[in-house]
Amino acid sequence: MAYPDDLRYSKEHEWVRAEDGRATIGITSFAADELGDIVFVELPEVGTALTQFGSFGVVESVKAVSDLYAPVSGEVVEVNEAVRDAPELLNSDPFGEGWIARVVLSEATELDALMDADGYAAETA
Amino acid sequence: MVYSPHTEADRARMLAAVGVATVDALFDDIPSAVRAGDWAVPPPLVEQDVRAELARLAGRNRIPDVSFLGAGVYRHLVPSVVGEVIGRPEFATSYTPYQPEVSQGTLQSIYEFQSLICELTGMEVATASHYDGATATAEAALMACRLTRRSRVAVSAGVNPDYRRVLETYCSGPGIEVLTVPLDLAETGSGTSDAARVEALVTDDVACLIVAQPNFYGQIEPMRDLAEAAHAVGAQFVAVVEPTSLAILEAPGAYGADIVAAEGQPLGIPASFGGPYVGLMAARMATVRQMPGRLVGAARDGSGRKGYVLTLQAREQHIRREKAASNICTNQALMALAATTYLTAVGPAGLHEVADLSSVQARHTAGALEAAGLAERRFGGSYFAEVTLRLPDAARRHAALVEQGIVAGYLPERDEPALNDTLLVAATELTSDEDIERLVAALESTR
Amino acid sequence: MSAVDAPERSDPSGRGAAFSGTTGGEELTIVEPLIFARSRDERRGVRFPTASDRALNHADGQPELPASALRAAAPRLPEVTELDLLRHFNRLAHLNHAIDLGFYPLGSCTMKYNPKVNEWAARLPGLADSHPLDPEPMSQGSLELMWLLGELLKEVSGFPAISLQPAAGAHGELTGMLMTRAYHRANGEGETRTKVLVPDSAHGTNPATASMVGYQTVTIRSNERGGIDLDALRGALGPDVAALMITNPSTLGIFEDQIDQVIAAVQDAGAIAYMDGANLNAILGRFQPGAAGFDIMHFNLHKTFSTPHGGGGPGAGPVGVSERLAPFLPSPIPVLAEGDADEVRANAWAGRSTPGARFALDDDRPGSIGKVRSCHGNFGMFVRAYTYIRSNGGSGLRTISDDAVLAANYLRVRLRGTYDLPYDRISKHEVVFSGRRQKREHGVTTLDIAKAILDHGIHPPTIYFPLIVEEALMVEPTETESLETLDQFVDVMEEIARTAATDSAAIKRAPITTPVGRLDEAAAARRPDLRHQFADAPAATAPGSPPTPEAPTA
Repeated sequence: MAYPDDLRYSKEHEWVRAEDGRATIGITSFAADELGDIVFVELPEVGTALTQFGSFGVVESVKAVSDLYAPVSGEVVEVNEAVRDAPELLNSDPFGEGWIARVVLSEATELDALMDADGYAAETA
Repeated sequence: MVYSPHTEADRARMLAAVGVATVDALFDDIPSAVRAGDWAVPPPLVEQDVRAELARLAGRNRIPDVSFLGAGVYRHLVPSVVGEVIGRPEFATSYTPYQPEVSQGTLQSIYEFQSLICELTGMEVATASHYDGATATAEAALMACRLTRRSRVAVSAGVNPDYRRVLETYCSGPGIEVLTVPLDLAETGSGTSDAARVEALVTDDVACLIVAQPNFYGQIEPMRDLAEAAHAVGAQFVAVVEPTSLAILEAPGAYGADIVAAEGQPLGIPASFGGPYVGLMAARMATVRQMPGRLVGAARDGSGRKGYVLTLQAREQHIRREKAASNICTNQALMALAATTYLTAVGPAGLHEVADLSSVQARHTAGALEAAGLAERRFGGSYFAEVTLRLPDAARRHAALVEQGIVAGYLPERDEPALNDTLLVAATELTSDEDIERLVAALESTR
Repeated sequence: MSAVDAPERSDPSGRGAAFSGTTGGEELTIVEPLIFARSRDERRGVRFPTASDRALNHADGQPELPASALRAAAPRLPEVTELDLLRHFNRLAHLNHAIDLGFYPLGSCTMKYNPKVNEWAARLPGLADSHPLDPEPMSQGSLELMWLLGELLKEVSGFPAISLQPAAGAHGELTGMLMTRAYHRANGEGETRTKVLVPDSAHGTNPATASMVGYQTVTIRSNERGGIDLDALRGALGPDVAALMITNPSTLGIFEDQIDQVIAAVQDAGAIAYMDGANLNAILGRFQPGAAGFDIMHFNLHKTFSTPHGGGGPGAGPVGVSERLAPFLPSPIPVLAEGDADEVRANAWAGRSTPGARFALDDDRPGSIGKVRSCHGNFGMFVRAYTYIRSNGGSGLRTISDDAVLAANYLRVRLRGTYDLPYDRISKHEVVFSGRRQKREHGVTTLDIAKAILDHGIHPPTIYFPLIVEEALMVEPTETESLETLDQFVDVMEEIARTAATDSAAIKRAPITTPVGRLDEAAAARRPDLRHQFADAPAATAPGSPPTPEAPTA
């Protein structure tokens, strides 16, 4: 399984796309497949301060519930309203349209603690 | 008698297949230190003897000839069709509908129940049932705490004392503080939640204000004003209502209730010494993910056929486990079906007849007792189908009437010492004019 | 929704989804519209009297209901005749599987036969019409029944004290955990003992209950034999642990053969030993939890004691407790206020009342945790359970467990070649298989297998529980199923396994003979439709006038 190589990955199956001090966060296709058809995403509120590896929301499928753990620290500046009405985007396009939140990175070096695409692929093999 | 079908030949065949000589071998893994000894359970009875035993116990109860006892459990007509429907083995001997393809009967009936409760209460979503009105009230309070992230709840003393005890027990778990808003108990006072105390107690660290309509003493509360007082501090307004009254009294959804809790026993369920009953809960759709209990929703199969499924199950214990909104698993499904059948059997016109006649007969009772100079209304203000009367020497006279097979009502001094020498009298559509005459005559004889 | 082709549905009537005519026989699929679709303006079911003149005269002097408290629009309940109502619910009933129709081996639920004499008893007017607040002299029959049931349950379980108040098993768990907290508080350890231990095989209600009481749940792994890992348990016990909640036999259907050591370890650490009694059907007459040292156990009267499941309830969840926890039981408790207990029991077992015996409700219990529900509990279920215990008697109760355990082991040995058996040892009343071989080799999951079982007129076993078994399939036959039913079940399971290997697509299309096929639960959860919505007709504005009729929904 090849994961997008412009992203960094956490052990809890979240991904980060970092650009210009901002980071977009989502869950990986592996997580989405494990959960099954996703029916609800509890999004954080804009303005919330996230701490790396702290929980910040919930993803629900028909048969399971999973906490979301922030892969990086930062303040939430935008959330993906589209997934409120169409949570299935996390299944169909987890790395693109199914993004969850955007934060202003408070500590860019935190990215070093995350895996790259090959590392994550090995982790989930 | 036993219900196992196995003969010794059957058992022998199974033992041989399993590869043990006796069934005792299947229990060898029980440590000898904790193996059961003898027990004093009586020998079996065949059906006619079992029936005799249960008839003996039933015969030791005395069902009163005349009763004006309500206090949260009401003797309404249970239409014959209700027993027919809930007696159907397909409803009675099936399990929770986890396999929807073979449970559409149960699932659709629950969807109908949810719909009827929404319609009755004017709310947007209703659960598939709770144990009773008391636990529904307690769960509503816990839900309000989750929604507001506050840890104090205010409850009117007009809410059924049993419900308040249960509320306190449930709140003691997570350490939620329960504040009681007293009633105006002055002679000919309103008998409703004291407005000044509401103002003082319902502050912005309170998760909800819980008020009953009508309240335990029969009085009509100013629900709209109380809802406003709660909302003014960002608290939820929880209305605890009597379901037959909703044919005549305003639906909680219309006066600003955020959560509704109720006891469904008046809807086609016999008194049965306290249970099984059915707890009703309803709320606004925006808060559905914080609601405890099962929910049934519509769904389609691969052919496009419409069906029903348990849904939003991620709230529940079997998925969310320690983060579940509540631990409830088994609910009161068959009693919810009784309520559904009842509401369908009586229809809006029938429910209105029940509510109207209950209310008229309550007024008739109070009026007849007043006219005979035996009792007066303890409170000013209006009441629905239950009324608190001032009755001198109430306890003695109540006991004297019991000897005659008459239960005159409930003695509120049990819960509110300030209400000594009062009697809480309830009427339903089964209360006849003759019953009222007998009550008057009997109380007269105890002057 | 999985990408499975919509199957051909057999519908010789050609009536399809909008079916609203006469029933055509059991082999046809029946789809019944919502009751609202049958509603017609001014149709009536049950009628009631109108108020008499005498009543209206006396009512005149009484205060009117204020206009602000009155309902603006009548509730839009359906307006149907009794006949239409009965047809509607009878036809819905046709859509259900039930114990009274066929095999229902749902593990952990104990779907045994629900004897009808229990129903006869519960409907006796002397019991059904008894008001919970009637003066005690009028309720001696109800109180005696509750007391006798309590005595029998204590005898069966070995506990010295009991409360019948909780309305369900989970409610009993809540009661038990609240009592645990009260006990620790009384010992000055209420704030320090903050954790509850549960095995990883625990039923979801256990951690959910612990949370409701403000406890943190710590999960203890099971060992390779399927029992709780004693070393892991000992490692987790300490002064911050309030209780262990353990099911015995476990949710794997396996007896905890170190249970005496488990209880000792827990109590030596100052914690409470709680037993989830859901699996009591396995051990009647063989193991008495109270005598073995447990502090608390909840009973499920709707499992072991045959009260019907009712489509999800009602049940009843009495709790038995040890002496040290007795002061904390919910109030009130039925007691024998006057009379000799031995004499009353002996007479009752012989079918006689005891002159001079008097029962009462003891509400003077200062240590009580309070009340967990209104009134006294689900009395109607007490009547059924009492009737059941008296019918079976002591010897009958033993036979229940003997036969339940034998039947489960019979299925264990007959099916272990066909489905993986993670713990191949003597089981008790239920056995857990795994569908992992079918999944690995043919892509057929336990869910698919369950749906295929439906097409054989059998309710599937419990699936995906306990969580520690991959693709779990929990089978509990109970003691009331005949050998031919058990053999038929084996045949069905073997056939499904064969079909999984040769034609897995057929399994994935199942069920095809049920009233509906697999439903799209994801869509149902994404856009919840939880109630009937009326078409946009204005409702009547004056209370008492009938509602505007509903156009029949499509």
